[in-house]
Amino acid sequence: MSAATVTEEARQDAPEPPEAAKPRRGRGRFVPYWLLLPGLLWLIVFFALPMIYQASTSIQQGSLEDGFKVTWHFATYWDALSEYWPQFVRSVAYAACATVLCLLLGYPLAYLIAFRAGRWRNLVLILVIAPFFTSFLIRTLAWKTILADGGPVVGTLNSLHILDVTTWLGITEGHRILATPLAVVCGLTYNFLPFMILPLYTSLERIDGRLHEAAGDLYASPGTTFRKVTFPLSMPGVVSGTLLTFIPAAGDYVNADLLGSTDTRMIGNVIQTQFLRILDYPTAAALSFILMAAILAMVTFYIRRAGTEDLV
Amino acid sequence: MRWLRKNLVVIAGLLTLAYLLLPNAVVTVFSFNKPKGRFNYEWTQFSTDAWKHPCGVADMCGSLSISLQIAVWATLVSTALGTMIAFALVRYRFRARGAVNSLIFLPMAMPEVVMAASLLTLFLNMGARLGFWTILIAHIMFCLSFVVTAVKARVMSMDPRLEQAAQDLYAGPAQTFLRVTLPIAAPGIAAGALLAFALSFDDFIITNFNAGSTVTFPMFVWGSAQRGTPVQINVIGTAMFLVAVVCVVVGMAAGRRRNKPAA
Repeated sequence: MSAATVTEEARQDAPEPPEAAKPRRGRGRFVPYWLLLPGLLWLIVFFALPMIYQASTSIQQGSLEDGFKVTWHFATYWDALSEYWPQFVRSVAYAACATVLCLLLGYPLAYLIAFRAGRWRNLVLILVIAPFFTSFLIRTLAWKTILADGGPVVGTLNSLHILDVTTWLGITEGHRILATPLAVVCGLTYNFLPFMILPLYTSLERIDGRLHEAAGDLYASPGTTFRKVTFPLSMPGVVSGTLLTFIPAAGDYVNADLLGSTDTRMIGNVIQTQFLRILDYPTAAALSFILMAAILAMVTFYIRRAGTEDLV
Repeated sequence: MRWLRKNLVVIAGLLTLAYLLLPNAVVTVFSFNKPKGRFNYEWTQFSTDAWKHPCGVADMCGSLSISLQIAVWATLVSTALGTMIAFALVRYRFRARGAVNSLIFLPMAMPEVVMAASLLTLFLNMGARLGFWTILIAHIMFCLSFVVTAVKARVMSMDPRLEQAAQDLYAGPAQTFLRVTLPIAAPGIAAGALLAFALSFDDFIITNFNAGSTVTFPMFVWGSAQRGTPVQINVIGTAMFLVAVVCVVVGMAAGRRRNKPAA
């Protein structure tokens, strides 16, 4: 399952399986290279090479009519940043909110599946994956119906004066949810929630149930047991879950486009418009390069931080 | 009160589950709607029209068939290439292993929009015509890493002594591979293939950048969000959901029956 990917990767950098050490002689020595060749070539030509092309595009100047030429014009980066920094900040903020919400919402469900579901476990797991079977665009559009201005959700929140509070906080506007930051974060949370739940479940499920009993025997309250035993042991799931939610959420433009307004545009929206409508390739390439660098830096920092404490 | 405290986590979990499934319920209910305007966002009247004429909207079923073709080809190619890489990674020791691992890991850690944009710069620079083939190339690229991860997990948990036993019983390398290795690795390969199919079929962002004028099903839905959403979209969404759930349940029941005599 894709969800377990990040932890999987972390584990596999560890020692090799013993049978891999078998020495190969003669023609057999080249077997791994033949196996790797087609797939890796594909990744090099269509993943790594495009990154280089993108880097070169970002320092070009020119126009659609006359063509673009490499002029080492690094000012594009500066211009792009100074013009679009609000969208960068917004993307990181929305993605961070969605990630925290996913963790808060997803943890109880993952816990429920791992420890409390009993014979319903498989059914609940299927229900978590089931939404994937319907195109995510269709499901995101359904939120337009759910959060509609005259709908029951907005009506209830209005009569409870909750929307007044959220308006005061600046995340909704004028007694509605659609076309506000709240709607976008709600959509992002919804779309990436399964990517949080599945790795959480995988690491919770590995925990030996007797550890809970032992904690109880040593007079730990359920709260303490959770804080000192369950949560630390689920850290690999928390780390990979947050990465699997944050990265796609930060680059997403579908939710901001369908559920938001021009005030909720994220960096993905800018890159998309620059590339496909305005056709300003250097700016778009620079923005995309900055996004990639920012995310790689954040992810590396985060893995280091989380890694020194609980992940080894 | 005590009961509530004991079951708080269950209640919270079920609420999250409801949040996850609510949109699917809305999609299903609104597939029976008869909307007044061009958009299907408000409930007006019960009708089964859309279910009777699922292809009643221009171009929708065409886009569905393009999506299916791309998904099938992307699944076949990425599963073949990914399985080969997975076997090489688990079974052999070779140079530049770390570089290979990160080349496979990076596409999964990269925001889709970055891959989409950079691939488009490549195609523009090469002067490639955007369309079916560029979409297919892109889909194979991002499915590959997921297949490798799924297959690798399975191959790593395989007992190498089974293959040694087969060779001790005078099976040749080809026979060992076909009769022992492949059947054991099959669940991992199947999981990778299913994942690839789902990822490819539902992909929007990378497709949107590299499609040219070709319209896949997600692209059709995206366009209709601007022009007006036909009820048929919900019919397709609901039907896909039902088919997939039935497949999963049947598959699980079959798996359970097969495992029973062994247990």
